[in-house]
Amino acid sequence: MRYSEAGYNLEIDLSTGNIERVETDPVWTELYLGGLGTNAKILWDRVPPETEPFSPDNLLIFSTGLLCSTPAPGANRTMVTTLSPQTQLMAYSMMGGFFAPELKYAGYDKLIIRGKSPSLVYLWIHNDKVEIRDASHLRGKGAVETQEIIKQELKEPKAHVAAIGLAGENRVFFASIEQGRSSASRQGIGAVMGDKGLKAIAVRGTKYDINIVRPAEYIGLCEDVMKYIQHRQANPIPGVMPILSILGSPQEMLHVDEKWHTENFMWGNSRVRKKDFWNKEIEEKWKETQENVRTRLISCYNCPIKCGATISIPGIANYMMKCFSKLTYTMAAFSDLDFGFRIAQRATEYGVDGFSCPQVMAFAVELKEAGILTDKDFEGCPSDNDGRFFWLLDRIVRREGIGDILADGTYWAAQKIGNGAEEYAHNNIKKHEQLPLKLGMLNPIYFLMYATNEKINITQIEGQFPQAPFATMEEKEEFVKDWVQVPDEKFKEYFLKWEFRGEYSMPFYPGVEACCEIVDWMERMHYVDDSLGMCAGLSSFPLKPPYHIHNYPKFISAAAGIDMDADGLTQIAKRNRNLVRANNIRRGMRRADENPPQNHWKKRFPELEEALLDGYYKFKGWNRDGIPTKESLQELNLAYVAEDFIQRGILKNGQD
Amino acid sequence: MAKIKKIIKTIKVDVALCNGCRACEMICSAFHAEPKYSSNNPERARIRVIRDPLRDVYLPVYAGEYAEAECMGREKYVLDGREYGECDFCRASCPSRDLFKEPDSGLPLKCDMCEDDPPQEEPLCVKWCINDALIYEEREEEVEEEVELEEMETALKVLLDKYGLQKLTDTVSRLSQKD
Repeated sequence: MRYSEAGYNLEIDLSTGNIERVETDPVWTELYLGGLGTNAKILWDRVPPETEPFSPDNLLIFSTGLLCSTPAPGANRTMVTTLSPQTQLMAYSMMGGFFAPELKYAGYDKLIIRGKSPSLVYLWIHNDKVEIRDASHLRGKGAVETQEIIKQELKEPKAHVAAIGLAGENRVFFASIEQGRSSASRQGIGAVMGDKGLKAIAVRGTKYDINIVRPAEYIGLCEDVMKYIQHRQANPIPGVMPILSILGSPQEMLHVDEKWHTENFMWGNSRVRKKDFWNKEIEEKWKETQENVRTRLISCYNCPIKCGATISIPGIANYMMKCFSKLTYTMAAFSDLDFGFRIAQRATEYGVDGFSCPQVMAFAVELKEAGILTDKDFEGCPSDNDGRFFWLLDRIVRREGIGDILADGTYWAAQKIGNGAEEYAHNNIKKHEQLPLKLGMLNPIYFLMYATNEKINITQIEGQFPQAPFATMEEKEEFVKDWVQVPDEKFKEYFLKWEFRGEYSMPFYPGVEACCEIVDWMERMHYVDDSLGMCAGLSSFPLKPPYHIHNYPKFISAAAGIDMDADGLTQIAKRNRNLVRANNIRRGMRRADENPPQNHWKKRFPELEEALLDGYYKFKGWNRDGIPTKESLQELNLAYVAEDFIQRGILKNGQD
Repeated sequence: MAKIKKIIKTIKVDVALCNGCRACEMICSAFHAEPKYSSNNPERARIRVIRDPLRDVYLPVYAGEYAEAECMGREKYVLDGREYGECDFCRASCPSRDLFKEPDSGLPLKCDMCEDDPPQEEPLCVKWCINDALIYEEREEEVEEEVELEEMETALKVLLDKYGLQKLTDTVSRLSQKD
């Protein structure tokens, strides 16, 4: 019997129709835990670096995490891994919801898809019964609509379905995979699913019990987490903005006060800051809009935090939303919240990333205003602002006219358009659109996170350490009093000393070494979450979360029977981190790619930035070009990676 | 006949507060695992959330009495503009559906309010529903005291009905002679 995991993967070859249930090696669980860790290992072993994202040889992996479906609150994430058409690197987008638990109750830790189906199909996984079914009647259907149709035709209302919309079918580089209230949106994994001719995956699991090695101890740990969540929600952290003061992903569905986002994030193509935007009139109007369409606040599997909402707008189909997509369309189009909710409904059906897509459209509008795109490119486009964005969205997901070029994202579109368009694709890292933020003073911690994070999404590395210093020593002391999550007391010292002005302020404080330690701690917790299938909203993302480096080892050991302590877990997180990086290094990623947008901060410090990157690479055991060294790889049981690097000439034997 | 006090255990379900997370199902199946919490599988739960998120239907339902046969007819409820299915409010483990059946044996499941020794403060589903969609209440009710037969008396009465007085006394005397 296996504990905490199913011990089987489901392997499906869409080219041949072959379906296999394959037992997994328990040693892998000890080395990589599961989730992202084992995904990275499979990708390394089975997908050679010359593989194109749109190749039958590319894998599309849907993975549960080691703790998924155990009683641990929030352990419900699905980690989707493949090669990204946009970044050409390893993509590991994730989603919450109900898919991973359902897959595990069906008896599988992972679903590994290879090949390409000659016609559009969907998968139906019902415990041991797995079918590849015709999906020709679903072609062109919305991602939400598709989930409903499949549940009805299978007569399985309890099935959970992950589906792509028109964007995925047409291989839009920022196409998402939608599932219930959740979506795996970043890095174009929906396009890979579409390329494989796979419209949807329906899962129903009733046969597999999730076993726990030491049940009494485990349930005690889970109950402690539940109690802590209640305590933490009842006692928001003072001195930080509301969305950061409680647990969960930013509570955008709950809060109506958007002063902070609308005045600090950029509008349009990440260009314009509206410093005095928020006023009483707008507040009342937006509050009314939101409360009128928000039917219910909802959660993912086994989680009490309500990060999502059902949105019902009269006259259009209901959908579900979470987090910041409420404002991305609104702000990209210089429009209002009502428009935001309306276009998000269509975008959800099409299945596009709520971060990249609005920025791509705003980029097109800017190019038009600059005369780089012409009236001909916009032929048939309505003249009103909101209408223009709906029109662009429709063109993009159908790859019609200018939409075909825009569908590759701002980086690739700018290359194709030329004529100076590159200057307008100004908000990318590793060819991928970032949050619309433009700030003043360089923040050395965020510099490192933006530069080196391979999820290519700031929310997937930040957390734990406050984003800014606190004003008074009393507030700081109050904050560190119950800061049990720190791996080491020195993090409290870093924070206590941190000030807005003077010797202990940014960009030179925290110093290079402290910045490295802080970033490494934050990243470590994300890597642990992504292997365990834990939602970052209860762990690595918010301040003072219920899960941390001190209690996680107890969870792993009571659930799975793996001997674990904080050092052991840190070592695994490091191994997984290096394995993800190894996949990308082998695909050509180097130091030159680790560069935040030039205008992200107004005040840049090139020498300091070099020193930070040098320091961080060294701290991580990587050479000056960001490549993990032979010694550090060997220390992590990744000698096979070092050998591969040497064979390919990426590392030279005998030198770093 | 004398009146006695009886504790009625109630779980109050407020569907407006349900966030649809199904923690109640998970913890129910874990609590009833043998040994306790050693495994979980919502299919074994004695509470299920009838969910239809796009139509905003969230209805936690508890497993009640086993029904040998399905109902002669069905009804549908429309509450606050939401249509609830034919059997959504029904607690029975019944031939018409796959709800509340032990997935291995097919035997009916029934909520036991997490009776335990020592007793739990409240059923586990209630404890894990920190959004308060499920609230546990106890109330006292006065009921008629029934004359209850002692255990042995009940057993003897069954034998008496089946074999008659003569056979029963013969057997008792034969058994007593053996010692």
